[in-house]
Amino acid sequence: MALVEIRDVHKSFQRGSEKIDVFAGLTLDVPQGSFTALMGPSGSGKSTLLNLVAGLDRPTSGSITVAGAPVSSMSPGQLAPWRARHVGFVFQQLNLLPVLTAYQNVELPLLLTRLSRKERDERVRLALDVVGLSDRIKHFPRQLSGGQEQRTAIARAIVADPTVVMLDEPTGQLDARSSQDVLALLRRLNQEFGKTILLVTHDAHAAATASTILHLDKGVLVEREKAAVS
Amino acid sequence: MKIPVLYNVRSVLQRPLSTAFTALGIGLVVAVFIGMLALATGFRTALTSTGSMDNAMVLRRGADSELSSGVGREQARIIAASAHIAAGSDGRPIVSPEVYVLIPLPRPADTTAVANVVVRGISASAWEVRTNVQVTEGRKFESGRSEVCIGQRIAGRFEHTGVGETLRFAGRDWTVVCHFTATGSAFESEIWGGNEELMPVLRGDVFQSITFRLKDAAAFPDAKRVLEADQRLGVDVHRESEFYAAQSQLLDRILRILAYLVTTIMAVGAVFGAVNTMYAAVSSRSSEIAVLLTLGFRPRSVLASFLLESAIIAAVGGVIGGLLALPINGIVTSTTNWSSFSEVAFSFRVTPSLLLSGFLFAVVMGVVGGFLPARRAARIPVVQALR
Amino acid sequence: MKYVRLVLANLGRHKWRTFLTTAGIALALFLFASLRTVVTTIAATAQWGGARRLVTLNATGIVFPLPLNYAERLRAIPGVTGVTWANWFGGRYGDNKRFFGQFAVDAESYLAMYPEMSVPDDQREAFFREKGSAIVGRRLLDVFGWKVGQDVTIQGTIFPGDWTFTVRGVYTPTDKVLNDDMMIFRHDFFDEKIGRAGIAGWYVVQIDDPDHAGRIAKAIDDLFRNSSSPTKTGTEQAFNASFATMWGNVSLLMGTIGLAVVFAILMVTANAMMMSSRERTREVAVLKSIGFPDRVLFGVVMAEAAVITLIGAAVGLGVAKVLYQAANFNAAGFLPGFSVTTGTLVLGAGIALLLMLASGLVPAIQAARQPIIVALRRVE
Repeated sequence: MALVEIRDVHKSFQRGSEKIDVFAGLTLDVPQGSFTALMGPSGSGKSTLLNLVAGLDRPTSGSITVAGAPVSSMSPGQLAPWRARHVGFVFQQLNLLPVLTAYQNVELPLLLTRLSRKERDERVRLALDVVGLSDRIKHFPRQLSGGQEQRTAIARAIVADPTVVMLDEPTGQLDARSSQDVLALLRRLNQEFGKTILLVTHDAHAAATASTILHLDKGVLVEREKAAVS
Repeated sequence: MKIPVLYNVRSVLQRPLSTAFTALGIGLVVAVFIGMLALATGFRTALTSTGSMDNAMVLRRGADSELSSGVGREQARIIAASAHIAAGSDGRPIVSPEVYVLIPLPRPADTTAVANVVVRGISASAWEVRTNVQVTEGRKFESGRSEVCIGQRIAGRFEHTGVGETLRFAGRDWTVVCHFTATGSAFESEIWGGNEELMPVLRGDVFQSITFRLKDAAAFPDAKRVLEADQRLGVDVHRESEFYAAQSQLLDRILRILAYLVTTIMAVGAVFGAVNTMYAAVSSRSSEIAVLLTLGFRPRSVLASFLLESAIIAAVGGVIGGLLALPINGIVTSTTNWSSFSEVAFSFRVTPSLLLSGFLFAVVMGVVGGFLPARRAARIPVVQALR
Repeated sequence: MKYVRLVLANLGRHKWRTFLTTAGIALALFLFASLRTVVTTIAATAQWGGARRLVTLNATGIVFPLPLNYAERLRAIPGVTGVTWANWFGGRYGDNKRFFGQFAVDAESYLAMYPEMSVPDDQREAFFREKGSAIVGRRLLDVFGWKVGQDVTIQGTIFPGDWTFTVRGVYTPTDKVLNDDMMIFRHDFFDEKIGRAGIAGWYVVQIDDPDHAGRIAKAIDDLFRNSSSPTKTGTEQAFNASFATMWGNVSLLMGTIGLAVVFAILMVTANAMMMSSRERTREVAVLKSIGFPDRVLFGVVMAEAAVITLIGAAVGLGVAKVLYQAANFNAAGFLPGFSVTTGTLVLGAGIALLLMLASGLVPAIQAARQPIIVALRRVE
């Protein structure tokens, strides 16, 4: 069984008087421990798909199962704790709460657990160490560079040891150098720590970091690429 | 180059709820301001309109109110013969020796409570001495009978005060034969009866005051000097209008101080609200400000623009406050004038000048509250705002 | 508890806004407490009165005196255990800017009737010994800088002339509702100087049992009903209550102003919370995407409202309580015992709670109900 099973998913939006169909019956699997990139032009539905898998949105029809949980049919009240346990999400920008330090931002998912203060502290420090920001613990987001912000967001995404890490265009706002750092980190998370990663991007270079590239166009899976072994 | 006011008006309408809250907060402060001063003004007006510039009042030397004064019949006779008194149409001097006491009347709302109401014993010429008094119902009382006339402000508010009814005080029954008005002055809170009927049951042969019409209003200082110098008398002479004005001073001052204190504290809170609103406005519109600066508007204009915006919101509040306070105009209430210990009924007076003061007060609050945020707006570095 | 950081951090986002809103609430509650204390103080004076004391006035009105020979006849009434009398003097002192009550009293019986006026024994003796002496309230020493032993001259108004007394004693009220700024002097001194036949302003009659008050009052009034000065007798408390109504409808006035104050501060607080919530939508979306349940978001927003309102209220009410106590405020004698009651504090806390709910509920519900996707899409 794959970690993520997407079966015949339809999703449509109402924009004004128009009805827009993003997916018309999408089916695909994401295996455990894989590093999958979702590529496609703007409007192809890749971000939407990510949101559906994370339980942030609900498909019009079809089913999505993540680690055995029927995400597409769970209620918001059930999805919240499920997400806390199983998903680490990184947006393109504005991930962090500006009023909290890097440490406090990373700690956020752990506040939803029953861990003691000491246990939380251990994990936060570990996560920040993994992303290479141990010396920026007490900084506020406005004191961090774009790349450092994204790495902090990644630290937050992994601190609770989620089942799958999902990133929506994480390097979209970064310069080449920072992008490199972030992508290298992701590769390490996948290869060294075995994290399942789902990455949405329109940047071919970023996608190349992944082991599998899925191409979406107008809501349809057009190609499945296995990346060259690096 | 001035930033058009339309920009401010539109921006204010963009955040209707926030604007409404801020304006309402200021409006409530203005309403309380106007309301409390209307109370003080109403009281003062009732007292000051009681006395006339053309009349003089004689009290015993050292007495600070009619209540504590005592003037004997012999002295009353001497005073009545004074050359300073104007003569009436019948040739007789317009002078009224009067008795002034307080009697307890039970309050209708709570009969265990008692109001101290003024009973004034007058002579027939009193109606002539006081030109602002008018009988509205019934007829004037006749000498030799146990009859009284009741001021309009007492009439509605106490039991047995209707024309034709019988009021009991000082151990006797009195028939109410008329109601009178006196241009809203303190006389309207009084009960009037004939001296000759009242004196035997009240204080005996002593008057409390002598009031007369000055033959020449400008010659008051002479009249005062002559009468006060007379060794047989031992009196103080006051201009009637000044006397009553002085009587209102204590309570008027208390009400005014209370008004200023309360509204100042409220105003600080409302200004804080305005500051919050304007700071939020400035920070949410920082890119707009940057655009304005880039276009060539001066920082000074930006400051003025935001100040104006704050003032506009406050002005709306000022109008709301005025509208909230307006309905209380004319409402009758009563209190005890501690200077004379008597119950005085009066009505709230919301004057145009009070409404204007309230409006200006609102604008000032708006300007004060908007100043610091406006200054920040003017100081935004263009580059930072555009990012 | 672990979400405390989140609550405080949100409040710290706009420190000025938090501070100004909290300060505004503090001011509003200070004002509310002050206004309500005027009402409670007047109510307290309206309820004060010795359970075993009756006040006998001239039925025609308070400005009419009573003959002194009534004293003997009052003492003879069954149930009466003590009689004293007093006269309102109403003089002016100095520039008359500070009013205080002056009374001529029958020295020994008056102090015996009012143990609440505590006077040191030696001063009491001096008062009984010296005809021209006076006992003054403790506060008058502070207000006028008087010292025991000095002469004080009052201008009589009702009883004309210059009246000079020697201050021989100071009384301290054992009950704070009793004015601490009155002056009492000797009735025999008063009688001599006015030269007239003995008159009393009013009598105070002590009775054996509070339950007999009605019966004894009626007995007194019946006794004098057909004389030249008929009487009206009632309990001291009833007399004070009647006096308190002379202010007018103070509670209505203060209540109306208080309402306006609360509404005005509600505007300020609700506005501040609303502005914060508008700026918070992105953060709420991020927190929800992490998996924070709706009810936690609700709680965080309500907690923010709670911190502002409760701290503001605590400061405002606390300052009111402490300030008036420390300043020994009594509105120049008009409001003795002016002090913020526990009832007022509780009411103030209730208002703070109301403010918290009224200003925090809508933003809290909005945060809880906010759909994640809408917020995310709005930004990206």
